[in-house]
Amino acid sequence: MGKIKERLIVLYDKRELLEQLVRRDIRLKYRRSVLGYFWSIMNPLLIMIVLTAVFSNMFRYDIANFPIYLLIGRAMFDFLNEATHTGMWSIIGNAALIKKIYVPRYIFTLACVTSATVNFVFSLGAVVIVMIFTKTTPTWYLLLLPLTIVQLYVFCIGLAFFLAAATVFFRDVQYIYNALITAWMYLSALFYPAKMLPPNIYWLVSHFNPLFIYVEQARSFVLYGSMPEPHYLWIGILSAIISLVVGVETFRRTQDSFILYI
Amino acid sequence: MNDKIMIELKDATVRFNLATEKIDNLKEYFVKLAKRELLFQEFFALDNVSLTVKKGESWGIIGRNGSGKSTLLKLICGILKPYRGTVKTYGSIAPLIEIQAGFDGRLTARENIFLNGAILGHSREFMRGHFDEIINFAEIGNFIDVPIKNFSSGMSARLGFAIATVVNPEILVIDEVLSVGDITFQKNCVRRIKDMLENDTTLLYVSHSCNTVRWLCKNAIWLDKGKIVMAGDSDDVCTAYEKSVSS
Repeated sequence: MGKIKERLIVLYDKRELLEQLVRRDIRLKYRRSVLGYFWSIMNPLLIMIVLTAVFSNMFRYDIANFPIYLLIGRAMFDFLNEATHTGMWSIIGNAALIKKIYVPRYIFTLACVTSATVNFVFSLGAVVIVMIFTKTTPTWYLLLLPLTIVQLYVFCIGLAFFLAAATVFFRDVQYIYNALITAWMYLSALFYPAKMLPPNIYWLVSHFNPLFIYVEQARSFVLYGSMPEPHYLWIGILSAIISLVVGVETFRRTQDSFILYI
Repeated sequence: MNDKIMIELKDATVRFNLATEKIDNLKEYFVKLAKRELLFQEFFALDNVSLTVKKGESWGIIGRNGSGKSTLLKLICGILKPYRGTVKTYGSIAPLIEIQAGFDGRLTARENIFLNGAILGHSREFMRGHFDEIINFAEIGNFIDVPIKNFSSGMSARLGFAIATVVNPEILVIDEVLSVGDITFQKNCVRRIKDMLENDTTLLYVSHSCNTVRWLCKNAIWLDKGKIVMAGDSDDVCTAYEKSVSS
């Protein structure tokens, strides 16, 4: 316990660097683009419009309020995607810096995930716009959404740490992960109703797919205006903790060797 | 000068594994594992190096290329961990190992000052307070909001040096960076280093120029193939080194 406290104190000490790195990512992301940060809202919005058109007209599903159903899932998936992909390269990409000055390596990965969170928060602006358009009435349950976001954030941190460490040693992790994330997207019922899955697959997905669980939590708070199924909350929190522990431990045990392989 | 120990190395050894340089994907790894070709070609960049540096001392580090000078600096800065032995430092370290390392070329000078300051552990208020001092020393007054990738090498070298020395670090570690930059820059740098030395800063200075080492540093250590050949008064060590190189 003492060691964890020690590490948190070091992290707090380095908060200035973390802030500077996140600011750097944010500044550079839309520099020289005309619409700038507007794209963080427009991007998910445009994709949602396309997907809604495709799925409402071509495949008829019985989903009430398909735009919000889709958009929340899409925003959360994009967050997971961006956080893990940028996090995966966070060590190799900052090799020049790591080799010249002593900086705690995890700061870079943490900065990537935090930058992705900033984007995610902006894309929630798109959700608000669509809620207004579809006349979705917000309930008090909406205030519980941060619970889900925190779980997702912690889960992404753990996963990003693991991927960052793995990619330093084995560059082909990126290809494996690309395949994995594509399959993951299709198995998370983002744009189709979950009940469409065959029963045993549905059982597996609703108990072992953290993305699906987080998206369902978010939908409960935003769309259905109710508490999500209890097992979604427990499994969600557990997944986040397991991911964090596995990711941090993998990273911590291998970080002294990073410099030899970047 | 007092007797406080700032840097202490005891039998420090840094070992690299040359064989695994080529394996960076899973297929290669498993193939080599199966063929039992995960060889270990040991390379000792530093071998049983022991050194004690006290507060206010100035040490030059000289040696042929590949003798382990940069590795020694990286060990002291905490970038590398020793395979054997111990490395202890007591005090804030400002490393100048390739000054432009902390810069992100896409950002402007102003943004880089804060980023670099944060990397070195300074708060934003601190950097704001010293902002003008940095700009003046680096003489980049008109270029504050220009992306650093558009700077000349001399300008970015000046800026890097200015940022790293803006606070009086207790230990200053310099790795052959003064060779970049014109005469005025080198004069300004040396002047600042001398000022810092008068304020009891401890200095580690890697160089190929024996003359600068003689002038700037009281002591010197001569490394060859990772081992210390000689350590002591900078004049003596430099003369011995020059003799061995010219013979």
